[in-house]
Amino acid sequence: MIYFDKVSKIYNGGQSIALEDITFEIAPKEFVSIVGHSGAGKTTLLKMLIAEDRPSDGQVFYESLDIHRIPRSRLPHFRRKIGTVFQDFKLLPHKTAFENIAFAMEANGRPDSEIQANVPQALELVDLEDKAWNFPHELSGGEKQRVAIARAIVNQPDIIIADEPTGNLDPIATYEVVQILRKINDLGTTVIMTTHNKGVIDELGRRVITMDEGRIVRDDAEGKYVL
Amino acid sequence: MFVALKRILRSGFVGFWRNAFVSFTSIIVMVVALFVIASTLFNSYSLESALIDFQNRVDINLYFVVDAPIEKIEALKSEIETLPEVQSVTLTTREQALADFRERHRNDELILQGLEQLGENPLGASLAIRARETQQYEGIATFLNERQAQETVANPLIDRVNYQKNKEAIDRLTELIETERRQNEIISLILVIIAAFVMFNTVKLAIYNSREEIAVMRLVGASNYYITMPFVIIGVMQGLIAGILVLLLLYPALIWDETLFYPFPFFNSADVQEFLLTYFVTDFITIAVVIVGGGILISAVSSFLAVRKYLHV
Repeated sequence: MIYFDKVSKIYNGGQSIALEDITFEIAPKEFVSIVGHSGAGKTTLLKMLIAEDRPSDGQVFYESLDIHRIPRSRLPHFRRKIGTVFQDFKLLPHKTAFENIAFAMEANGRPDSEIQANVPQALELVDLEDKAWNFPHELSGGEKQRVAIARAIVNQPDIIIADEPTGNLDPIATYEVVQILRKINDLGTTVIMTTHNKGVIDELGRRVITMDEGRIVRDDAEGKYVL
Repeated sequence: MFVALKRILRSGFVGFWRNAFVSFTSIIVMVVALFVIASTLFNSYSLESALIDFQNRVDINLYFVVDAPIEKIEALKSEIETLPEVQSVTLTTREQALADFRERHRNDELILQGLEQLGENPLGASLAIRARETQQYEGIATFLNERQAQETVANPLIDRVNYQKNKEAIDRLTELIETERRQNEIISLILVIIAAFVMFNTVKLAIYNSREEIAVMRLVGASNYYITMPFVIIGVMQGLIAGILVLLLLYPALIWDETLFYPFPFFNSADVQEFLLTYFVTDFITIAVVIVGGGILISAVSSFLAVRKYLHV
């Protein structure tokens, strides 16, 4: 489904190497964790996937599509296939939880009837039905992240990308967020997550890709956090 | 398409209210900027009408000798009226001239007494000739001077043609106002540019606050159009409200201190106030279109450009 072919990313004209010769494949419905120290290249890898950044060398394929050959005008269309979740949530501060989720659907041009039906479902999935009309500043970190996850899944994307989704959360909120991601994966969506959290990895027991200094150093089908 | 438009409008309205404080401050700055534009409007109108006023005062006065017979005067009047350059000829008879003179000096006993003692009417009849275009006076004056030259010395009809003297005074005033108007145009242009720039920066600053929101919208897959348009709607609303506020405030401002809107500080202020208020009322539509339209346009275009900047288009 996703295929990285000898991808390298070099910043500052060779000064710093973010990614070096990365090749791997992700199958549909996989739950892949990417681990590594800060600066190992995890976030750069994810940016390549949503075409936020271009590789210096190599190609990234989504099915048979070369992601970095998509014209700018078609990028929003492509990004709708991918739901993204970030460490800092990235919610729209002047919109309520409901509106934040609805915005992703509106931007997709979905009809109102569908929005009225799907947003409550997404809120239910992340267990936030009672916070639908709260603004982000009225929610806890864990709740914000659950809203962000609801927003990421509401358009039924093929892939969820979660960049350090638990980085700002306490252990209980972390547990809840991981459970939700697992549930989403069980429902058939590919999940790609970067994390620092050993407990999360060990508890998941799914595929783990370990990165160090821009390279893949391990790729285990039922990995543990080894660094 | 219709659904998208509805969402953009709603999102714009909601955004305007939820950012009420930012909207409010932007509107205040826009009101000040639009006031500057309004004052340039009033200034250039005042200068324009002063110029037209002076140009309308240009005419040629032809004075007849005191004993010129009325038939000959009438005949010359008809002859002048046939000239294509002439717009109108007004005859002031001897009697009329005397009555005007008395009226003008009705408070001056000395002059009136002198007039009584003189016994007879010392004033001659005169013709006031107005041309269609200012440049045509020269030709009419030449024609009249030639007519005067043809007359016999023993039996003259025309006493004098005063064009040269009038002309010099009027030319100088016209030139003065023209210079003032040119300067005013340059100053107005600079002021309008500054006002537009201030508005642009205010809008940009407000949208700078939203730059992360814009980035998030992009990540969620919103098209550039869908991200930009609500901000443009907010810009339109701010410009509209600021424009209406300026229109509402202009009338009291004119009553409070009309000199802010008038280029000649040495004029009688009650007349100026009346003059400006009349302009405001009669040309209200034009003023409203310039102020409100200008406000909306500058604000909307600023919003558009500012969002584009953070969209990295």
